[in-house]
Amino acid sequence: MTERFSEPYRGYDVLDKWDTPSFNDQTRRVLRGRMDPPPRRFFSDTEWRVLLSLCARAMPQPERPDPVAIAPFIDADLHAGRGTGMRRADMPEPGAAWRRGLAALDAEAVARHGRGFADLDGPAADAILRAVDSGDLADPAAWEGLPAQRFLRETALKHIVSIYYSQPQGMSEIGYGGPASPRGYVRLGTDRIDPWEAPHGQWPDR
Amino acid sequence: MSAGAVSHVAEDRPRATGGRAPDVFSRSGWVPMREHALGDEVDFAIVGSGCGGAVLATKLAEAGHSVVMFDAGPFWRPLSDFASDEREQDKLYWLDPRLSDGDDPLEFGANNSGRNVGGSTTHFQMVSLRFRPDWFKSRSKLGYAVDWPVDWREMWRYYAEAERAMAISGPISYPWGPKRGRYPYREHEVNAAGLVLARGAEALGVAWAPTPLATVSAPRGKSPPCVYRGMCKIGCSTNAKQSMLVTYIPRALAAGAEIRDLAMVGRIDTGPDGRVTGVEFHRDGGWHVQKARNVVVAGYSIETPRLLLNSACGRYPNGLANGSDQVGRYLMVHSNHAVWSEMDEEIRWYKGPPSMACCEHWNYDDDDPSRDFHGGYSFMSQGPLPGDFAGTLVTATGAFGLDLRERMARYNRMAGLKIVGETMPQADNRVTLSDEKDGFGLPRARITFGYCDNDRRLYRHSLRFMSRMLQAAGGHDLLETSSTAHLMGGCRMGSDPETSVTDANGRSWEIPNLWICDGSLMPTAGGVNPALTIVANAARIGDRIVAMGRKGTI
Repeated sequence: MTERFSEPYRGYDVLDKWDTPSFNDQTRRVLRGRMDPPPRRFFSDTEWRVLLSLCARAMPQPERPDPVAIAPFIDADLHAGRGTGMRRADMPEPGAAWRRGLAALDAEAVARHGRGFADLDGPAADAILRAVDSGDLADPAAWEGLPAQRFLRETALKHIVSIYYSQPQGMSEIGYGGPASPRGYVRLGTDRIDPWEAPHGQWPDR
Repeated sequence: MSAGAVSHVAEDRPRATGGRAPDVFSRSGWVPMREHALGDEVDFAIVGSGCGGAVLATKLAEAGHSVVMFDAGPFWRPLSDFASDEREQDKLYWLDPRLSDGDDPLEFGANNSGRNVGGSTTHFQMVSLRFRPDWFKSRSKLGYAVDWPVDWREMWRYYAEAERAMAISGPISYPWGPKRGRYPYREHEVNAAGLVLARGAEALGVAWAPTPLATVSAPRGKSPPCVYRGMCKIGCSTNAKQSMLVTYIPRALAAGAEIRDLAMVGRIDTGPDGRVTGVEFHRDGGWHVQKARNVVVAGYSIETPRLLLNSACGRYPNGLANGSDQVGRYLMVHSNHAVWSEMDEEIRWYKGPPSMACCEHWNYDDDDPSRDFHGGYSFMSQGPLPGDFAGTLVTATGAFGLDLRERMARYNRMAGLKIVGETMPQADNRVTLSDEKDGFGLPRARITFGYCDNDRRLYRHSLRFMSRMLQAAGGHDLLETSSTAHLMGGCRMGSDPETSVTDANGRSWEIPNLWICDGSLMPTAGGVNPALTIVANAARIGDRIVAMGRKGTI
């Protein structure tokens, strides 16, 4: 099991381009609006604790004293009723799916360990997520018909990663170019990089 | 006050009002727009402003007809409205839910549905391929599906017109299909992600090509050349992309068409003689009626059938143009299966349009012994943005934790190949109305979809082939994923009123002044991205309606 993030692009920060032609006003406005996490308005206290734990297991950031916030943005999306364009007929609407899914995760933890999901240590929480993903449910009734794997992958994880990789830290750690307008890129060929891109990454196998 | 000094937010209030519409080539400017009173009976009310509506509105207005075109979404100025940000740019998609069921429920939103003036072309990936000529007679010539009521040579002329109108940048010599003239603009330099496809194709002995793309490789009017920022799927902020918004829409306005943004059409009205009389639309907080001599539905494969079904009345209890129970049926998508691999080099697939190299080998090779399916598929190199790719990873694998972060850390070393795979038209793949209502009180669409055996054989074949190709190109640690893209059919045109909704001119069999002009007309899906075909077909229909108008036979 991986214990720490390898940081192939350590030192690279897309925000260093803030005052360059890679950023325009509307993009600065969007990123500025994302700097401060919005207040919680959708989830209950109990749901919130489970959500924070889920985000921490989905996107652990042990190398960061101040991890990128994810949960507040999920809460804000659900509060705003932000849609995705579709809903499978066997899924409730996103807010209800989240509430039911978080309650079910908590029930899985209680059924296995006698305490809530937020009170588990990392390995125990991860084991529950893997079990849920493979359909091995300790408390199937708690899911109330919610397809467990679909909730985990398509409702929860997909939402979590969309938020994480929209934050400058998420973009920077993978060496992505980040905002690029009006200036785009010039060097398109293999292993070629423009001076305003991340330097070549450092990997053990290369 | 200084007009336009403070531009209001496009999502909140209509912009095309007061005799002017946004100048899409400016940050806050305007162009004049002709306006019609609600009580004026205009020649054509067109519902939808994408590849179907925008092209048709242009043709009709340029021929002197009075036209009002409606779109449910905003009227953007890309230079000031489009950010370099995946989450922000969700605003381009149709995000109101559709209910999805069936054996293989479809996804909707980013992959197939726009909601703004210009339709899905504000976020399409600009791949502009022609149908193989035989596909217009796939039943007669290839033994599957149905024939189009149109001759390929006629379509071929309109493809050339569409390619000129959208200034397609493509190779001088295209390896597949009949000889064609050169593309209007020179091909783009192929990025590293495309060169992976090229290397693999050469290793396997099949042809490849720089993808013909609707983004300019040199200046064109007020469009600057593409700067390869790679965010085509979330909206082009420089106007290099030749979307409907910056090509046909300005032409339509200049020719006198009126556009109503943030105007959701909820119903088509009919008169005592059974003809349509106009449309009911919601704008600026209330419902209004626009009178029209003809109504054209151009809302694409979900909204077009939805509107026809939602317009049911005493005379047409099952919806308009639905006397043969064909509205909403034969909905098709493209299978969008992909193989991804790690490469030893840094590819940095975020640079440039996402699909700069393509392969149509399996659209044209009928004789290979491995071919175990009808229809065809093309495939292209890939360049998903981080959030998009991370979503693909978690959906396909369930990865989370540091394992997921490490996989994403390989983002710059990934390459991928993804198909545009033909699916067969099936009567039970269809759009119906659900019991749920949207914010306008209109029943939401329910979409039922399932692959047939042929569809599955096709995408399985593609996964085997693309895996071999990626390995031949040096890829390792392969991952296969499944998804769908595009919409076709749902109100198909044909030669028989019993098995189609409209004739070859897009005129509904049932109501002579009700027309359809969008991708829902397509009887088959083909193995290429549909936008260019929808534009060409709309241009063809436009010319036919204009000709009928001159003869007095509309």
